[in-house]
Amino acid sequence: MAQITLIEAVTQALAYEMKHDDSVVVLGEDVGVNGGVFRATQGLQEKFGELRVLDTPLDETTIAGVTVGLAVAGMKPVAEAQFEGFIYPMMEQIACHAARMRNRTRGRLTVPAVWRAPWGGGIRAPEHHSEANEHLFTNIPGLRVVLPSSPARAYGLLLAAIRDPDPVIFLEPKRIYRQYKEEVPDDGEALPLDVCFVLRDGTDVTLVTWGAQVKETLEAADELAKQGISAEVIDVATLTPLDFDTIAESVQKTGRCVIVHEAPKTAGFGAEIAARVAEECLYDLLAPVERVTGPDTHIPLFRLEMKYLPSMERVVEAAQRTLAAS
Amino acid sequence: MSIAAKFEIEYLQYLDAEGKQVRDDLPDFAKNLDHMVELYKLMLSTRVFDAKSVALQRTGKLGTYASCLGHEAAHVGIGSAMKPEDVLAVSYREYGAQLYRGVQPREVYMYWGGDERGNDYQNEPARHDFAWSVPIATQCLHAAGTALAFKIRNEKRVAVCTIGDGGSSKGDFYGAINIAGAQNLPMVAVIVNNQWAISVPRKIQSGAPTLAQKGIAAGLYCIQVDGNDIIAVRKAMEDALERARNGQGGSVIEAVTYRLGDHTTADDARRYRGEQEVKDAWAKEPMKRLRNWLVAKKVWDDKKEEAWKAECDEWMDNEVNAYLETKTQPVTAMFDYTFAEVPADLAKQRDRVLSYENKAH
Repeated sequence: MAQITLIEAVTQALAYEMKHDDSVVVLGEDVGVNGGVFRATQGLQEKFGELRVLDTPLDETTIAGVTVGLAVAGMKPVAEAQFEGFIYPMMEQIACHAARMRNRTRGRLTVPAVWRAPWGGGIRAPEHHSEANEHLFTNIPGLRVVLPSSPARAYGLLLAAIRDPDPVIFLEPKRIYRQYKEEVPDDGEALPLDVCFVLRDGTDVTLVTWGAQVKETLEAADELAKQGISAEVIDVATLTPLDFDTIAESVQKTGRCVIVHEAPKTAGFGAEIAARVAEECLYDLLAPVERVTGPDTHIPLFRLEMKYLPSMERVVEAAQRTLAAS
Repeated sequence: MSIAAKFEIEYLQYLDAEGKQVRDDLPDFAKNLDHMVELYKLMLSTRVFDAKSVALQRTGKLGTYASCLGHEAAHVGIGSAMKPEDVLAVSYREYGAQLYRGVQPREVYMYWGGDERGNDYQNEPARHDFAWSVPIATQCLHAAGTALAFKIRNEKRVAVCTIGDGGSSKGDFYGAINIAGAQNLPMVAVIVNNQWAISVPRKIQSGAPTLAQKGIAAGLYCIQVDGNDIIAVRKAMEDALERARNGQGGSVIEAVTYRLGDHTTADDARRYRGEQEVKDAWAKEPMKRLRNWLVAKKVWDDKKEEAWKAECDEWMDNEVNAYLETKTQPVTAMFDYTFAEVPADLAKQRDRVLSYENKAH
């Protein structure tokens, strides 16, 4: 069985679902002949034709609105925002229509659509190409916000997102698109949405993260282990609807919680998790909750971007502080 | 110098303001006088319905309501030209088109009366049409997407969107006609130009002499019609729908009319437009000319008018009663349709809200 990268897993999931469901269509800028600027849709147009893998005019608003129209008309569109930083013109269609169509028509019309976007920083890209703004979507009712962090989870969660009867924002951590390969059987098996994945069991501190930061966080857990500290690592994967029970169970066990994300700190999704920990696990805590995040600034251009992104060392230090506190 | 491109916009009118026929080449549907009487009756019932809606709002029985006074010919012309299998994506005042396609007055009342069930149109073919779309021009892209679905599935169906003169300024409108042209989509966009976008007049909405010509840039067929002349609107629609159905591409129709009422019941148009302008517009309103024409053809008269109005009054009274008797949804309804199934995390919030509700009773 072939070993594939995260981005190849995205392609594999799209190809699988397009082959098995005629209503699945892919649309976006450069997704056709070019196979997408990251090659996520490589080879799909050859297999499925120009209409089912549609190169749209260069207008994000058009992509988003056409996606809503396709979905209401019975298709299962998978739209691509070329970069997360270009998703803003899509917000009105996503927030005002995709997310609320089912609710405002009492279930008469629905939007079973996926919006994919290469997300986050760390690839030395130009300005506006490195945004992490998942928190802008997590406050919109009716949306699922999903971030895969491995080839297998990219494959399984994307299949689940396409099959889901409601709209899904699927944010792909492009920094780890080609970080490593793993075996991902092309068996059409979806992974569950709305659940966190416990990637590593531990007893001393809970590290909660998602997307590309899973990499640094797992490395931090390795480093902490060398110091005799046992860290549990949770990949939230579906930010909303949140599976807080898995996080609560872990924090109740460890008494310590470090939240890691690259988006700005204030009102980032880590704030929601910290608030929930305060609501539901306060008396289990042995130390204040720590957040390791991007600062409340714009992500710098690439000479400084790695200073912006949470590093393994910062995660280790935060975990150490929670242990020093008690 | 050679010319790279050249265009002209045709203007279509059959009946002038007094109902005098200004062209001899009547389209087939207009030769069927029984059908024309039916269209007139729907225009009249739309007007009765609209007056009833405003009265409901004024007496505190409806929330803010967007009136369609003066748009009857444009709206009924659009709705009556479409086939049941086509799809309509409106903004929020195209009741004439929607009533033709099966939307019930009680559903309009429910929507403006604070109940989402108003958007759950029960009757076909409206049941597969889009719901009212308040964010301006966003529905144009829904029509484009639906038209794309028809093209992908090789179905001979057309998606129709309607927008106002103001809506034709928005990127969503331009994006929709652009992709309709680029992909040869079966889509018809109708700009119901009623001269006012709340308080902003047509002349500072766009520098284009006609709004129809915006479609030229997208490679669509374009025409401007007298939007108070239902024969002109219906004819332009039939032609556009046929072209779209036959794979000959999309169209932009500009129906020139006038918003005789306020933007909504929350608006007071006297703040920004003169009495004389409105008076002049009343002289060109759509009902009178069609009535005069039908009376001249001896298929309509005052007696029939009174009888039909009485029938409409009865119909609307029934609809109003049905609306007023509709029980408010249970508080949990706000959770039930957020997702196909209420997620576990949301269910906890629902249960909390329900516990307050149970305490309150």
